Amino acid sequence: MTYIAKPAFHHPSLNTNALGFTRRDYEGRVSTLCAGCGHDSISAAIVQACFEIDLEPHRLAKLSGIGCSSKTPDYFLGASHGFNTVHGRMPSVLTGANLANRELIYLGVSGDGDSASIGLGQFAHAMRRGVNMAYIVENNGVYGLTKGQFSATADKGSKSKKGLVNHDSGIDMVALALQLGATFVGRSFSGDKEQLVPLIKAALAHRGAAFIDVLSPCIAFNNHAGSTKSFDWVREHNEAVNHLDIMVGRAPVTASYDPGELVEVTQHDGSVLLLRKVAADYDPTNRVKAMAFLQDRQAAGEIVTGLLYVDPEAEDLHMSLETVEAPLNALSDAEICPGSRALDKINARLR
Amino acid sequence: MVKPIAAINDFVVKFANVNGSGSASANGLFVKAILRMGVPVAARNIFPSNIQGLPTWYEIRVSGQGWMGRRGGVDLMVAMNPQTWDRDLAEIEPGGYLFYDSTKPMPATRFRDDITVVGAPLTAICNAAYVEPSKRKVLKNIIYLGVLTYILGIEPEVVEALLREEYASKPALVGANIEALNLGIDHARKTLKPLGLRLERADAVGDRIFVDGNTAAGLGAVYGGATVCAWYPITPSTSLAEAFTDYCKKLRHDPETGKARYAIVQAEDEIASIGMVVGAGWNGSRAFTCTSGPGVSLMQEFIGLSYFAEIPAVIFDVQRGGPSTGMPTRTQQSDILSAAYASHGDTKHVMLLPEGPGECFEFGAQAFDLADRLQTTVFVMLDLDMGMNEWLIPPFQWDDSRPLDRGKIMTAEMLEAGADFGRYLDVDGDGVPYRTLPATHPSKGAYFTRGTSRDRYARYSEEGAVYVDNMERLLRKFDTAKSLVPAPIARKARKATSYGVIYYGSTAPAMDEALAVLEAKGLHLDALRLRAFPFPGEVFDFIASHELVFVVEQNRDAQLRALLINEGGVDPARLVKVLNYDGSPITARFIAGEIGGLMGTTEKATTGEMAK
Repeated sequence: MTYIAKPAFHHPSLNTNALGFTRRDYEGRVSTLCAGCGHDSISAAIVQACFEIDLEPHRLAKLSGIGCSSKTPDYFLGASHGFNTVHGRMPSVLTGANLANRELIYLGVSGDGDSASIGLGQFAHAMRRGVNMAYIVENNGVYGLTKGQFSATADKGSKSKKGLVNHDSGIDMVALALQLGATFVGRSFSGDKEQLVPLIKAALAHRGAAFIDVLSPCIAFNNHAGSTKSFDWVREHNEAVNHLDIMVGRAPVTASYDPGELVEVTQHDGSVLLLRKVAADYDPTNRVKAMAFLQDRQAAGEIVTGLLYVDPEAEDLHMSLETVEAPLNALSDAEICPGSRALDKINARLR
Repeated sequence: MVKPIAAINDFVVKFANVNGSGSASANGLFVKAILRMGVPVAARNIFPSNIQGLPTWYEIRVSGQGWMGRRGGVDLMVAMNPQTWDRDLAEIEPGGYLFYDSTKPMPATRFRDDITVVGAPLTAICNAAYVEPSKRKVLKNIIYLGVLTYILGIEPEVVEALLREEYASKPALVGANIEALNLGIDHARKTLKPLGLRLERADAVGDRIFVDGNTAAGLGAVYGGATVCAWYPITPSTSLAEAFTDYCKKLRHDPETGKARYAIVQAEDEIASIGMVVGAGWNGSRAFTCTSGPGVSLMQEFIGLSYFAEIPAVIFDVQRGGPSTGMPTRTQQSDILSAAYASHGDTKHVMLLPEGPGECFEFGAQAFDLADRLQTTVFVMLDLDMGMNEWLIPPFQWDDSRPLDRGKIMTAEMLEAGADFGRYLDVDGDGVPYRTLPATHPSKGAYFTRGTSRDRYARYSEEGAVYVDNMERLLRKFDTAKSLVPAPIARKARKATSYGVIYYGSTAPAMDEALAVLEAKGLHLDALRLRAFPFPGEVFDFIASHELVFVVEQNRDAQLRALLINEGGVDPARLVKVLNYDGSPITARFIAGEIGGLMGTTEKATTGEMAK
């Protein structure tokens, strides 16, 4: 992690968003990741997404686990509170934070070691509880900080930089998230900002557990021939099912598309997802069909990307728990402490 | 022939039952009936980690004088479990009584000649009266309650009134139960004589309440303002989360919308439980988990994060027999060291040591103030004995003028006014920094929380001096804690003495009686009951002012003694171990026997497993 702050000044002609913030206001400290790391592209996509949806930076809480990807929250949204937790356990910390204040936007950033190996259990349970969050896994199939061991998402048969062959089956986080009940599931590639930025915007606007698996090649340890997480491999095998535009607080413009070419999904907050179909007959609102399609294409060697599933009417954990609208951390003493008169009645019942 | 024991309102009854047989409710009625007669009772359930078919015991100390610990020994054994007959029989005091189901004849060799044997053909009476197997099973317990009511002199009207209350929601059952009770009473009146053990109406209960520590601690968490509870089921702590849930349902819903002013999550494991607590604490909610030793083992990494990143968290540890799965349904005080120093690296954690349900409530609420004030993990160390047994205690009290202490939180106004916010900056010398909550201010006060070392302004740093500066501040903070945690309670002996005794937790009620027993023998000790870690200076002053200090605890390795030696640099030779760790609650006779023996009398405890 870095201690170098970026200079705050910027060119006066830099564009501002509806809140008057420039893109620079959504940046963080200087990244200390390797030059060319896919993760830095994802950080840039997060910055752009937050800028474009006019997010108040301090209204977002960013949480991560441990690893290269989990260092990145220091490199974006410097005006947001961040929490670099413990390895594989970010989902539980994010869940607790969310319980304490339902009004903030929660962004979880994790890696494949953090979420598919040590933290698979917590990943699963946060998804099935419907914690309202955007959860991004920066997936490179390798342990970067410890120099090149396979992670649990490495495909069977893929080769490490040292030439070792992975004998274990790779975990497909997208398939898992779909099975576990995530209500927004996408996959993208760190090298495709045009696809990734709208996905992040839509995930941040989604109510419920939103998951994006972002293939993010490790330039230092997993970008060689024989790897299935290298830039070249991902580019060659990337098959987008749709192209996403998201409209927040604006009337959607659909005129330029032929009928049947576009799927329009309105999320609970009024944001409209416009999905231009690339794969014929792909329905991103049908979980079962999405799962079957993905299995089918995966068997054919494709890496399917795009917005793969969305339930626009999803409920979140607070709705299941029927908690009050006010953040729990803002309740007054009188609202949470029942006082001596109630205690007298309790005493009476214990005699 | 040994003379039968004669005692009024002062004896021990033990029920030996098979678990899952419905005996618990009859035994509970027995206890409540005695309480309603104004006679203090302490009851302890000794149960297996099992749902049906294994032995279970219920030990009842009747004490007009109000001794609430286990005394040791059994005066009347209600032997309803053939599996444990031999050991149950052996436990009866010479001159004591055995009550059993005499439906099947037993050879004389199965009894003892130094006790009074009282038989009643319970199965025969029950089978003659009832046809359905379910009635036979349950009402047999009420029939023996009827027999005991007569032979011990319990007022039948009191038991009848209790049965009416118990089945108020199922009136059809009231008649059947009262009938069964009278079957027992009538049989006893015709065929049996009252025992030498007698109950007489008294006025020694007052306004006291009868409640278990887990319920009290769960209620304490409600009063302490906890809004987030994340937990994973584990004996003996489960009923604490359930009590919190029940009380929240009654006391914590918005009267207008009906919505919950709390969030309770049954997590996937203990690691996720503490993770949620840390997340909620970081975001400004009062949060807790409840668990037992195995759960604390799993939570280690997060406890270290809470210590180092300085995030409030409350853990109720209802201790059970360890190590490993150990004795899940037996009691011990064996997590003291692992809680005090939980997690890797140099750590120390605040522990509150309640003596029973009263302090479970009090400390259960106070723990949240301390966690917020000190921005760290606070343990509340219960054990199975106080957690799962109902104790007779003074009513809970709450001072309505007491505000919740949320600690040092820097607000938007303070930031606007130009406050120098350093998340780990010690501004007033107490070692406790200010924190901001997420979303406090649009442009000021945000920081990055991490478990890695950092400087006073929360910037990552691996510099040795910066790291040491922070670790030293954490020690200052721990020193501050000494003045905030509940102070120890000292009790001077009637005569000047060079002997002292230190004890804590559920040992307290047995210690009260043991001190009286010792005093009656002319053995005087000053006593100090510890109520928290870190230890304030007066603990070490107490040790320094006595030649020999007994440290009484319920674990094998004298864990609190080790903590005293480590934290206070005490000469180990001055601290004498008195240890009970067989899983059953410590008895007054054991303590008095051990200390009496060490102080020079020859009389040792004659009963209690640890004395054998």
